[in-house]
Amino acid sequence: MNLLNISGSPHVHSDESTKRIMWRVNMALIPALLVAIAYFGMSALIISVISVLSCVLFQWLIEKYIMKVPSTVGDGSAIVTGLLLAFNVPATVEMMWIVVIGALVAIGVGKMAFGGLGKNPFNPALVGRVFLLISFPVQMTTWPKVGGLFSHMGISATITPDQAVQLGVDATTGATPLGIIKEHGLDALPQAWDLFIGHLGGSFGEVSALAILLGAAYLLWKKIISWHIPVAFIGTAFVFSAILYFVDPIHVEVIDKVKQTMGTVGYIDPLTTILTGGIMLGACFMATDMVTSPMAKSGQIIFGVGCGLLTVIIRTWGAYPEGVSFAILLMNSVTPLINRWCKPKRFAC
Amino acid sequence: MKTFRMGGVHPEENKISNDAAIEVMPVPAQMVVLMNQHLGAPATPIVQKGDKVKVGQLIGEAQAFMCANVHSPVSGTVLKVEPCKDAFGLAKPAVYINVEGDEWMETIDRTPDIKRECTLEPKQIVDKLKEMGIVGLGGATFPAHIKYNIPEGKKAEYLIINAAECEPYLTSDYRVMMEHAEEVCIGVSILRKALGVPNAYIGIENNKPLAIAKMQETARQFEGIVVEPLKVKYPQGAEKQLINAVTGRKVPSGKLPIDVGCMVSNLGTAFAVYEAIQKNKPLIENILTVTGKKLPSQHNYIVRIGTTYNDIIKHSLGELPATTGKIISGGTMMGKAVVNLDAPTVKGNSSVLVMDEGEARRNPETACIRCGKCMHACPMGLEPYMFSVLVKNNRIEEAKEHNILDCIECGCCFFSCPANKPLTDEIRLGKNKVRAMMAAKK
Ligand code: SF4
Ligand code: SF4
Repeated sequence: MNLLNISGSPHVHSDESTKRIMWRVNMALIPALLVAIAYFGMSALIISVISVLSCVLFQWLIEKYIMKVPSTVGDGSAIVTGLLLAFNVPATVEMMWIVVIGALVAIGVGKMAFGGLGKNPFNPALVGRVFLLISFPVQMTTWPKVGGLFSHMGISATITPDQAVQLGVDATTGATPLGIIKEHGLDALPQAWDLFIGHLGGSFGEVSALAILLGAAYLLWKKIISWHIPVAFIGTAFVFSAILYFVDPIHVEVIDKVKQTMGTVGYIDPLTTILTGGIMLGACFMATDMVTSPMAKSGQIIFGVGCGLLTVIIRTWGAYPEGVSFAILLMNSVTPLINRWCKPKRFAC
Repeated sequence: MKTFRMGGVHPEENKISNDAAIEVMPVPAQMVVLMNQHLGAPATPIVQKGDKVKVGQLIGEAQAFMCANVHSPVSGTVLKVEPCKDAFGLAKPAVYINVEGDEWMETIDRTPDIKRECTLEPKQIVDKLKEMGIVGLGGATFPAHIKYNIPEGKKAEYLIINAAECEPYLTSDYRVMMEHAEEVCIGVSILRKALGVPNAYIGIENNKPLAIAKMQETARQFEGIVVEPLKVKYPQGAEKQLINAVTGRKVPSGKLPIDVGCMVSNLGTAFAVYEAIQKNKPLIENILTVTGKKLPSQHNYIVRIGTTYNDIIKHSLGELPATTGKIISGGTMMGKAVVNLDAPTVKGNSSVLVMDEGEARRNPETACIRCGKCMHACPMGLEPYMFSVLVKNNRIEEAKEHNILDCIECGCCFFSCPANKPLTDEIRLGKNKVRAMMAAKK
């Protein structure tokens, strides 16, 4: 007969595993990827593939040659990082090589430098993204206009001269709604419905709130994320921007000093706030990263509220049109502190 | 439906031996009776080599305070009195008996008649529990006469009978309810009387609708017995969780149930109490489930305490399946892996659970991804991932400050961890270290 196994209890385990969690996150990102491909053409797909492959390759190389530990690329977490990184860049031709640098920073600095999955304090994809934003400011803020599936690679020609005039941008380069507001005032903004289904420019994974919410619903269903961070994040951004908006909805100001165009600018209305830029993607997929967000529900609420406040603050008063990445990274840095304060409620206490 | 509120998990129930009626396991040719079958000091053997003993005769006497009497489960001749290794490999004082016939003590009522009336006073009941060697059969084997001797100044308001049987696989309590509902209710009434509480609550998990119906129907003929269906959630039957589910009260850290006016006993104990008080039968038998997914048949047995694991396996299965990976005494969440199959069973054993190689294997541990699943699963509101780090780094003082001693070792944390971190192992080690540290300080 066999020798008997004599390990301690419990003797059964749930079928949960890190690998399964990561693959499910990847699954949940697919709708947003498909929308991106539909709107930006094949360049979105190509950038994603390059980003994912680079992340996996860098992790494998670092584990094999620098850390000299068994490879963990099979757990799928490098793929999550690769996809999220790709979703955070514009779908332009130049990005196809820039994103490789982003991947190196995301995996090398954002993750492996801290010891690998689970030990990184910051969301690796965001580390990569912010590095690119600082190093390649022009390329990172030149967005293609949304086109069709078979539109010209990267830069779509579907924008009409009328629209170009309306948007106040040149016809070959799209602008994100937030960029438009920063530069041209509120009037030039696309309508909320377009924002919701994804008809706007932007980093390519950020464009369709609907697709992102679909993925998030799947993660909620599989209990990989809980509602606390996304709801606190989006809710806070909504409420805070609503307060600003009602305090000061329209106040006229000359924005574009070069072109001398007048635009009405005040604060952005709350619906536009939550439907634009990376809030949806950030709140559902990046702020909810298990490794870098608090564990207790109460801590998750604080974390979400912090992300929401910082995002609106940076958008409204900061130099960058978008604040989601910085907001999440800042909140990542206080996560250990939040974990220390927000303990689970002990039994009978 | 009532339940405890915080944490908990839902392991596969696997109550595959539910429908196997209780069979009587034959008495083996030789018996080893351990003197330490309960929490506390071993009983003192009062027989010697060559002595003749009868079934139910006292052979180990409780002389220490925390101790319980041990009776002979068989009749025959004492072969020797010397230590024997228990199921987990620890040597314990024991009495070896060569079985001859099956001659019972005359005092024991072996008729099948059910005796309802109990005229004993509470004090007499408790004394008789001591005499009969009754211990808690829910796992802790705490001597019943100590438990039911309420300390001065404390008062019991609730008697709760744990029939949740929340552990996967186990079905012995279920079978007792199905086959001995009336005796159980009498036992519960006796305990109720001993405590002087108005009501007793029998908590049963809702995955046993037949048992709930049966107990409800039977309880109707008794005064002050309420059957309380409970939500199916592990560890519904853990003492603090059960009290919380049934009464809404919470036993604070480091306190006993009686501090919040509660007393919890296991359903099997209630049955043993009936037999002891009404039939003069000491605790010499276990009701035990023999089960496993890959076994050709599933069983529930009534087994003389002291029958070895090998005897049980031989009788019920002939031979262990070739792919057996682990044998567990108890359920899959809190049971212990058996090390020594030659060891005798002891009071409180509830199962011989045979796990297949595949089931018995642990998945390799990976890095903690800080998902918090362990924390959300913990029914005590602790932070298991943190204990893991603290214990590994020998930060014992901090582990204590984070209330590691509150851990009830339910296993929910390890069960839920996607990184397969052996949290419960580490916490057990940590608790021992904390206790050692506290003892050293004294
Ligand atoms: S074993 Fe201890 S720490 Fe783990 S879930 Fe149970 S009570 Fe909590
Ligand atoms: S469940 Fe496991 S992986 Fe998740 S926080 Fe706890 S120890 Fe870490």
